[in-house]
Amino acid sequence: MNIFASTDVIIEITYLIATALFILSLKWMSSPATARRGCWAGELGMLLAIMGTLLNRGIVDYNWIAIALVLGTVIGIPLGKVQMTAVPQRTALSHAFGALCVTLVGTAEFYLRAPTVPPFLMSVLSMEVILGSLTFTGSLMAAGKLQEILPQRPIIYKGQNIVNLGMLACAIGVAVVLVMHPERTGLFPVIVAVPLLFGVLMIIPIGGADMPTVISLLNSYAGLSAAAMGFVLYSKLLIVAGALDGASGLILSVNMSKAMNRSFTNVLFGAFGQETTAAKGGVEARAVRSATPEEAAGILAAANKVVIVPGYGMAVAQAQHKVRELYDILTKQGIDVKFGIHPVAGRMPGHMNVLLAEADIPYDKLLDMDEINGDFPQTDVALIIGANDVTNPAARTDSTSPIFGMPILDVDKARTVMVIKRSMAAGFAGIDNPLYYLDKTLMLFGDAKGFVGSIVRELSGGGHG
Amino acid sequence: MKMDLLTSLYVFMLAAFIGLEVIRRVSPLLHTPLMSLTNALDAIAVVGAILLAGEHRSTLSTVLGTIAIVAATSNVVGGFFITDRMLKMFKASRSPKP
Repeated sequence: MNIFASTDVIIEITYLIATALFILSLKWMSSPATARRGCWAGELGMLLAIMGTLLNRGIVDYNWIAIALVLGTVIGIPLGKVQMTAVPQRTALSHAFGALCVTLVGTAEFYLRAPTVPPFLMSVLSMEVILGSLTFTGSLMAAGKLQEILPQRPIIYKGQNIVNLGMLACAIGVAVVLVMHPERTGLFPVIVAVPLLFGVLMIIPIGGADMPTVISLLNSYAGLSAAAMGFVLYSKLLIVAGALDGASGLILSVNMSKAMNRSFTNVLFGAFGQETTAAKGGVEARAVRSATPEEAAGILAAANKVVIVPGYGMAVAQAQHKVRELYDILTKQGIDVKFGIHPVAGRMPGHMNVLLAEADIPYDKLLDMDEINGDFPQTDVALIIGANDVTNPAARTDSTSPIFGMPILDVDKARTVMVIKRSMAAGFAGIDNPLYYLDKTLMLFGDAKGFVGSIVRELSGGGHG
Repeated sequence: MKMDLLTSLYVFMLAAFIGLEVIRRVSPLLHTPLMSLTNALDAIAVVGAILLAGEHRSTLSTVLGTIAIVAATSNVVGGFFITDRMLKMFKASRSPKP
């Protein structure tokens, strides 16, 4: 008896240390200087918790556990090795795996405990399973869209929100019945199957540019479902980890929805991506000024202060390494180069920072929208690479614009604006960008990687000549 | 070790407040690694799955538990691995300002 009791205490202590390490891990993420230590703290906490769990005397058979741990590791390694451009879909996929785990454990717990499940336990169990299954299919759909296996265009039909909310209401209704009558085990598959379908339908109307919000929201759901699982299993460690993940997803979702000027309730109900697709017709053909790489290089070489604004187009064109060459060559000539990064640039929060860091651009040159916006009036050249709506001044001035009120990078306040763009096609929201018709704006038509490469060649040739 | 509903709710509430305060301070620079890190931490659900698979209380629970371990372990391994890879790339300027 004594030995067993002390094993239990040891397990609880490993969980306690793991919990503290998880909190420290996130605390150390506050600065790039300590962030790696944070990651290691998380790893150590995880290792301790798993080792502690393996000591549990309730475990009678280690074979399946060992096989599953090995198999999970084999799947996990390639998922940790993906290209940096594929990080958004990898993240979505891992939300799906996390949610799958939670849903399976919830399902097993239900059938082990049925038909006598106390009402409180049944409520959290329902929450765990509903959130878990909708996050599972929702994240798979998001990953499919990001990987471009599924069409990226939003699919919209009449009454979509009513259908979706109806399904969610149906799942919650059945869950309430189960809380009152847990012996009706036949109803349980409904609270798995309906949210599974809901997850698919929830992501169908989402377009690529809404992905940062959606991924954050799914992150939050995955965390909350894990916390619910903690309530079911009476595990404080799991409650804490789930709450931390839920809080992180929530903060990111709120940030993203603010950056797109959408109300948070709008985001919570998955009702994003509608309306804006109705592009305003009758865009009159206005004159734009275009420039060649030689001209662009000349203007850049004459500047003192340059701000580069990257967007998803830079990621698509894989132009980040060429951008680094441009950064190097301009910095060497004594030009101050910074990067202005909009919160929703790219396909997930912080996406651009990771790509630019991968290309070896020092992180202190990567500035947030709020940090950089005050600099634009003193900036000689704002160079926009593959970003559109986040630089659209109509968001500030035109109250009829669908993106009116969205915070933007004030690139139009720079002395010269250069925009690298494939063609005059409108951006994701289908909105014309008045920035392109300003007298100070030069359009650089072409592929982002190719065009930046040509500018770099011009600048290096000019430097020697 | 059992705990009652109120204890669970207290733990959840306190952890949520800590989470909101700590994560608010994370620089937007690191939002992508933050998400992959919290994802890996979230995979602590693996402890529940391990007990389920190891305790052999029913065939269904063992099978579901085993699949759940695979799913969660791939998140643990892949999540920490890619987080560390990303964080390694973030470097300060070679000549920091005096």
